[in-house]
Amino acid sequence: MENVIFNQLNYPILTYTVFLPVLGALLLLFMSNATLIRWTTLAVTAATFVISLPLLTAFNKSTYKMQFVERHEWIPSWGINYFIGIDGISILFIFLTTLLSMLCVLVSWKAIETKAKEFHIAILTMEAGMLGVFVALDFFLFYIFWEAMLIPMFLLIGVWGGPQRVYAAIKFFLYTLVGSVLMLVGIVVLYFTGGNTLDILTLSAMQYPVKLQYWLFMAFLAAFAVKVPMFPVHTWLPDAHTEAPTAGSVILAGVLIKMGAYGFLRFSIPMFPDATKFFMQPMLILSVIAIIYGALVCLAQKDLKRLIAYSSVSHMGFVTLGIFALNSQGMEGGILQMLNHGIITGALFLMVGIIYERTHTRVIADYGGFATLVPWFAGLFIILTFASIGLPGTNGFIGEFLILFGAFKAQKLYGALAATGVILGAGYMLWLYQRVFWEKANPDWTSASHAVRDLNLREVITLLPLFILIFWIGCYPETFLSYMHSSVEHLLENINKPAAAGPEDLIAQRILEIF
Amino acid sequence: MVPLSWYIILSALTFSIGVFGFLARRNLIIVFLSIELMLNSVNISLIAFSHYLQSMRGQMLVFFIITVAAAEAAIGLAILIAFYKNNPTIKVDEINLLKG
Amino acid sequence: MLKYTLIPLLPLLSFIINILFGRNFIKDKAHWLAVPAVFGSFVLAVSAFMDVQSGNVININIYNWIVSGNFNVTIGFLIDQLTAIMLIVVTSISTLIFIYSIGYMHGDSGYYRFFSYLSLFVFSMLILVMSNNFLLLYFGWEAVGLCSYFLIGFWFHKKSAADAGKKAFIVNRFGDFGFGLGVILVFLTFGSLEYLQVFGKANSVIGQTINIFGYNLDLITVICLLLFCGAIGKSAQMPLHVWLPDAMEGPTPVSALIHAATMVTAGVFMVARCNPLFSLSHTAMNTVAVVGGITAIFAATIGLVQNDIKRVIAYSTVSQLGYMFLALGVGAYSAGIFHLYTHAYFKALLFLGSGSVIHALHDEQNMQKMGGLKKHMPITYWVFILATLSITGIPGFAGFFSKDEILYRAYLGGEVGKGLWMLATVAALLTAFYSWRLIFLTFHGKFRGPHEQEHHLHESPKVITVPLMLLAVGAVAAGWVGIPPLLMEHGDKIGEFLAPVLGHPHGEGSHSEEMMVMGMSVLVALAGWYIAYKMYVRNPELPQKVGAKFKPVYNLLYNKYYIDELYNRIFVQPTLKFSDKVILGFFDKSIIEGVVNGVPNLIGVFSSKFRKIQTGLLSNYGLVMAAGALAIIGYMLFLR
Repeated sequence: MENVIFNQLNYPILTYTVFLPVLGALLLLFMSNATLIRWTTLAVTAATFVISLPLLTAFNKSTYKMQFVERHEWIPSWGINYFIGIDGISILFIFLTTLLSMLCVLVSWKAIETKAKEFHIAILTMEAGMLGVFVALDFFLFYIFWEAMLIPMFLLIGVWGGPQRVYAAIKFFLYTLVGSVLMLVGIVVLYFTGGNTLDILTLSAMQYPVKLQYWLFMAFLAAFAVKVPMFPVHTWLPDAHTEAPTAGSVILAGVLIKMGAYGFLRFSIPMFPDATKFFMQPMLILSVIAIIYGALVCLAQKDLKRLIAYSSVSHMGFVTLGIFALNSQGMEGGILQMLNHGIITGALFLMVGIIYERTHTRVIADYGGFATLVPWFAGLFIILTFASIGLPGTNGFIGEFLILFGAFKAQKLYGALAATGVILGAGYMLWLYQRVFWEKANPDWTSASHAVRDLNLREVITLLPLFILIFWIGCYPETFLSYMHSSVEHLLENINKPAAAGPEDLIAQRILEIF
Repeated sequence: MVPLSWYIILSALTFSIGVFGFLARRNLIIVFLSIELMLNSVNISLIAFSHYLQSMRGQMLVFFIITVAAAEAAIGLAILIAFYKNNPTIKVDEINLLKG
Repeated sequence: MLKYTLIPLLPLLSFIINILFGRNFIKDKAHWLAVPAVFGSFVLAVSAFMDVQSGNVININIYNWIVSGNFNVTIGFLIDQLTAIMLIVVTSISTLIFIYSIGYMHGDSGYYRFFSYLSLFVFSMLILVMSNNFLLLYFGWEAVGLCSYFLIGFWFHKKSAADAGKKAFIVNRFGDFGFGLGVILVFLTFGSLEYLQVFGKANSVIGQTINIFGYNLDLITVICLLLFCGAIGKSAQMPLHVWLPDAMEGPTPVSALIHAATMVTAGVFMVARCNPLFSLSHTAMNTVAVVGGITAIFAATIGLVQNDIKRVIAYSTVSQLGYMFLALGVGAYSAGIFHLYTHAYFKALLFLGSGSVIHALHDEQNMQKMGGLKKHMPITYWVFILATLSITGIPGFAGFFSKDEILYRAYLGGEVGKGLWMLATVAALLTAFYSWRLIFLTFHGKFRGPHEQEHHLHESPKVITVPLMLLAVGAVAAGWVGIPPLLMEHGDKIGEFLAPVLGHPHGEGSHSEEMMVMGMSVLVALAGWYIAYKMYVRNPELPQKVGAKFKPVYNLLYNKYYIDELYNRIFVQPTLKFSDKVILGFFDKSIIEGVVNGVPNLIGVFSSKFRKIQTGLLSNYGLVMAAGALAIIGYMLFLR
């Protein structure tokens, strides 16, 4: 294995990170006291976060190779291995996942009263599943984590969600499953084409016949487009985000929908470079549509949470636009914007959850004048508003600018069209802010009996890390961009490599044998 | 010597009676008995063939069927009783829990 | 290096401390931190000014901001003569307005918030003028827009203020859309965003074209026009001027600082900064000049009939900004910056003066309810007179020198320039008229407000009047650094000072032409005064008669050419309707969700038919089974 670096640390750090939450979940099975369960979960997620930090410091930024790699035989007769590792693309998501999971426990402290034990078990297994997706380097392992993730999320929405929770949960589950099944077919084809191996790196290094690439690209696209979600398969997202409990929305928006874009970067683009170039135009067009479409829908929303959910469609449009611009600015911007979106929209959902706990309404028209009632809350919310709009100095700007730059470099028209999304973004976010926080206060909230409390210490602690990150990335993004430079560079080299004359006929023949 | 065809005719007749009973009778117990009848008709022909072919395979199968039939009867009656406790009827056309 | 970095950092520090601790600890002592901070910046700015006076240019890079592939942009400052002038303007006026605000905002519940935002604004504005690359300029550009949003919406419980803040930000976003694309195109063309590198390579791209929608357009022209889009938004030029009059919802010091003296001139600064690019494109230059000229007269006509004291001054600002762009467009960059500099003083003075009046009248802004304030507020009255003399261009006052320079340069600017000169001269007449109308309506005649209010009229406190008087000195004397050579040898000091950055304007006219232009401008200034005097002092009933006689014209002007209504009709409402009815209602809910829910429903319909086969009756199953067995036996026996 010349293209990986085996674990630089003397202990299996990735395995610890992924399976510590599972261990925690098992531990919770034996507990019954809700307070104890909350503290244990918090401790487990915090410990996971802490033990994942050495990844950031020990990471070698100068190479694109997989690092911290662990590899053991698992089912040798089928060539399946327990093979995990990370590179410059996945490392930031490990960080984001462990951070957000911790914050989710904090924000659910008071909000979840029924079935607290099951809730926290779901959160922990969810975390393990998400981490597993980002570290897996074997398709079998990857697919297990990919699907395993759905179950706790399905439960989170279906059990602890809002009034329409069952509909939303089933819709979410089926939607994603339909896509995943097509990906499974793609994986099986890859298994037979690539010489009975499921090793992602080996399969990435191969060359596939162009026709086959098109089919496989589309099979994987089905899974990833739903997850992102790209237009027009986005409609599960508003329902799921809106009905999920706060922690569920945060995880959905913060991590889960990043997996689609991560899939593009990890599988579609390196494995099917010719297909990527072929599908570049349609992908860019769909991204631009998503940006504008999502923003327009936001203008028409009357529900607070739904508006933020739809803004995700628009923002993820930016991400895919950047990735499929296929140049380093666009791609790095896209990856950074995924992180940014996790931070900003994660924080937005946290804040909406916090205010919902006090008002029990999501209808925008019920709000108004909240800046005088909850000034600290309003102050933090305006920062998020502007980060979401992409104001310089916040992280949103860096991501959006790099993406627009990349898109403009690749295709002037799409870059220009996508930039209109920035205008619309300012429109819906500021209008939202005005309706919720400015103007006259709704008399319901000013009466003493319903007085709305401002943020308490626990909530400030929950939000603070995200706000620090917003300004950190906004002022010095190099901390985060530097991780991805080599990996993105390598990825682009791969795409731009001219299709070498490989044993295409041989592979084509094998395909015929399979079918 | 009774010719083989007689046995087969007897077997066919008992089987047909069993089928008729299974289709036509309303009482669940009778339906059960009809099933047993069908199984036994098969047993008759198996024994007859076994004797005719001078092979032990047929008799071996009969033992199999007898054991399975015994087990089936036991389970079937147990289900019947369990069912009767909830729905006090043994009329077949009143039992349609699996209706789509 | 630290010295220069501290210039923007001091106000930022004041912002951070005030916003974090203002609510609970600092409260009404917020100015204790803010005023020294901005004054410190002023002192450092003066020192920076001294440093570049000898012709030095300071270019420092602090750290790499964004690095990605071959894209690289730094946080860095460029302090040259242009920046130095802007630094002085921004910090000096900010200091005065900070002091003024102590009195003006006294007792407001958001006192600490006000000073926080103002400090943040000063920080952003300083970053804007000090940046050494386009992206950091963009940072400052957006950040001042943010502060403008906060400060316009400062009294956010008023719906009008909240609307105005949002409107300002969104309208500006339209301009920034072009500006942002312009910045990207600059990098793609020149491979850098740093001013000195870009301008150094400017000549190398002459004649290159860019393909846009199948048309081959001149690259430099496209870049310049995109950048100019940003200037149109930020400096409230036609057709994006609509936000500035509404921005008067903010507290008056804000109107003075942000919406008159500094932020709105950012567009002028940017175009002047990019003069090596603009100079290479005739089309772009002509566009700038025409937009400026048309805005100058267009806004002036609206200003004629407005009744809100701040709105009159706001339209006057739009009009004066038009003058500046006119100057830039005819290649007289230093004249544009000169006018920016004098305008900052007399316009800030006009706003603060009107603030003093509004303060005395307890937030009454309608001039029809004022009048006769001269004897109650003598200091305010006299500084108002000085500012008006300055803006109307009476010889000796600041505005005269800068405006005259612009008119003269326009006159020399070829055919387009001549036409614009005529427009600008008419606009000067209108300016004189509405400025004097404002004075006569406010300070002369009888008090027209409620009777009991008249007894409480009083001059504003010292903390308000002292900054007014200091600004009045500026409004009078600021122009003396740019006396035309015709009147004084080596009088145009500012032009010489800026020459290393902005170059010398082209073309020289004869003395007689210069005298003619100067004479015309003085003449129209006096004419404007005379008409206003006739109408508002001699025959106070005349305006109504005129208004009644030209009713359609009056209505058109009074309603600002119905442009707000027009935008609302053709942009805002259709977008909202479209997104609600078509995108969300039809497309999302019917088509996409129709498919998503339709497929499962279809399956449901089918299965509900098919499941009828399962009767649940044992005998039915048995019958089917027997029939099946018979069929198989039949097949075996007869058909094989």
